[in-house]
Amino acid sequence: MTYDVEKIRSDFPILSEKVHGKRLAFLDTGASAQKPSVVTDTIASLYNKTYANIHRGVYKFSQHSTDAYEAVREKVRGLLNAKFSHECIFVRGATEGINLVAQSYGRAFLNEGDEVILTTLEHHSNIVPWQMLRDEKNIVIKVVPITDDGQVDMDAYKKLLSPRTKFVSIIHVSNAIGTIVPVKEMTALAHEVGAKVLIDGCQAVPHMAVDVQDLDADFYVFSGHKIYGPTGIGVVYGKEELLNAMPPWQGGGDMIASVTFEETIYNELPHKFEAGTPDIAGGIGLGAAIDYVLDIGFDEIEAYEEELLAYATKELTSINSLRIIGTAKEKAGIISFVLEGIHPHDLGTILDQEGVAIRTGHHCTQPIMDRYEVHGTSRASLGIYNTKQDIDQLVAGIRKAQSIFG
Amino acid sequence: MIDDLTIEDVIETFSLFDDWEDKYRYVIELGRMLPPFPEGARTDENKVRGCTSQVWILPHLSDENPPRFYFDGDSDAHIVKGLVAITMLIYSGKTPKEAIEIDARAILDQIGLSEHLTPSRSNGLFSMVTRIREMATEANEQA
Repeated sequence: MTYDVEKIRSDFPILSEKVHGKRLAFLDTGASAQKPSVVTDTIASLYNKTYANIHRGVYKFSQHSTDAYEAVREKVRGLLNAKFSHECIFVRGATEGINLVAQSYGRAFLNEGDEVILTTLEHHSNIVPWQMLRDEKNIVIKVVPITDDGQVDMDAYKKLLSPRTKFVSIIHVSNAIGTIVPVKEMTALAHEVGAKVLIDGCQAVPHMAVDVQDLDADFYVFSGHKIYGPTGIGVVYGKEELLNAMPPWQGGGDMIASVTFEETIYNELPHKFEAGTPDIAGGIGLGAAIDYVLDIGFDEIEAYEEELLAYATKELTSINSLRIIGTAKEKAGIISFVLEGIHPHDLGTILDQEGVAIRTGHHCTQPIMDRYEVHGTSRASLGIYNTKQDIDQLVAGIRKAQSIFG
Repeated sequence: MIDDLTIEDVIETFSLFDDWEDKYRYVIELGRMLPPFPEGARTDENKVRGCTSQVWILPHLSDENPPRFYFDGDSDAHIVKGLVAITMLIYSGKTPKEAIEIDARAILDQIGLSEHLTPSRSNGLFSMVTRIREMATEANEQA
């Protein structure tokens, strides 16, 4: 099957919008992906035709919404190839997912002196929750450095692993520089010393097939809005035995079996971790997004994005005074770069006038910026709808900026 | 130098441009007209919060009666530095009472740059205007 990018583009109405009178070249999917109309239609149809709160009513709409929402859990299970759908917990996003694991698993099972290993590539959302836990429980955070090309330094990682290592929390694909981290190998090494592993899959799930059983991940988190779904919904996958052993994190409705003022019996998985009315529409919208992406197929998506990444890398490299940050062999569709003499913020402003949307700044990864001794970078990130024309528009915009600031 | 200009001159110059490129070229030029920022004043205290670019601002209140505002300012991004220069021109030489009454957004709107004065632009300009207004309010209350 050939990859019909024009058909895909036509599924995303926003891509036909003009920006400052120019064609939109949307190259910020890494921050948040645009939504196909099947996702927005699904949400509108839910609200207009069959909406009610879930897990509560016996009437038709409540049952319908419950069925639709729970069907998404099964879709998520399929997406991640989890063993059971009740291993997939709905949360607001990956950030909440990591906080859930740090607060529930971490508080219950990590003790003073226990070591948690992170890498330099981590997003702030996979750093701060562990620092909060450190301040509460006196655990120790160890950081694996990266090599100059932006890959995790595996020798350094092996040296950091020890019987004191109780948890390893790592990003699957770097949001800032695109590196695909060898998480399977890192997980196996962590398991050898008896540590549990969380993988932050935010930038992996939209680009490649993920198999949590093959990775042997103990926890895997992602955000719905990065895989063409709505904001406000995300997933924590956890192995059943771990989730069962963990205490609930937030208390409220839906997560209980029975409540008296003396005692509360908690509900079973997955509801134990889902207090309160969830993002029903967000969840159901995520289901539509997962169907949409799977329908295109990850083999096709991966091959297409890889080709586009190679093209973008070649074109950007041809620009004078442009330096790509992050040149690991294994990369997903994210390119970070700096331009000599042009501040990322200035570049972003000029590109905006040219209809090109990129992200500028530290990308919530200040340790990476410190590693490369830059305040920030400009980042182009690719999605299923991008084309060579988008890249050409970016390159022309950069050349224009060079003429303005030159 | 920037001191030779008034905000009225700048507004008039901007009115001559009809394409965004010329407008931004002029913004950049205004930034280049700023006197060098005193290195000793490049402290966290004088830094304005902004995510993608750094902005420093050092206000002075003169000995006049009533006192008037004067500023040093800087940014590591050219366009933002130009916006800093424009903001300084808007507030420079004003008494605290006058500064409170200024509608900076309306002026930037007139120039066609008000999109830079939204909290989400995270370029520090919004925080800079907020800070000037806070200082003006404080100085006004002390007067």
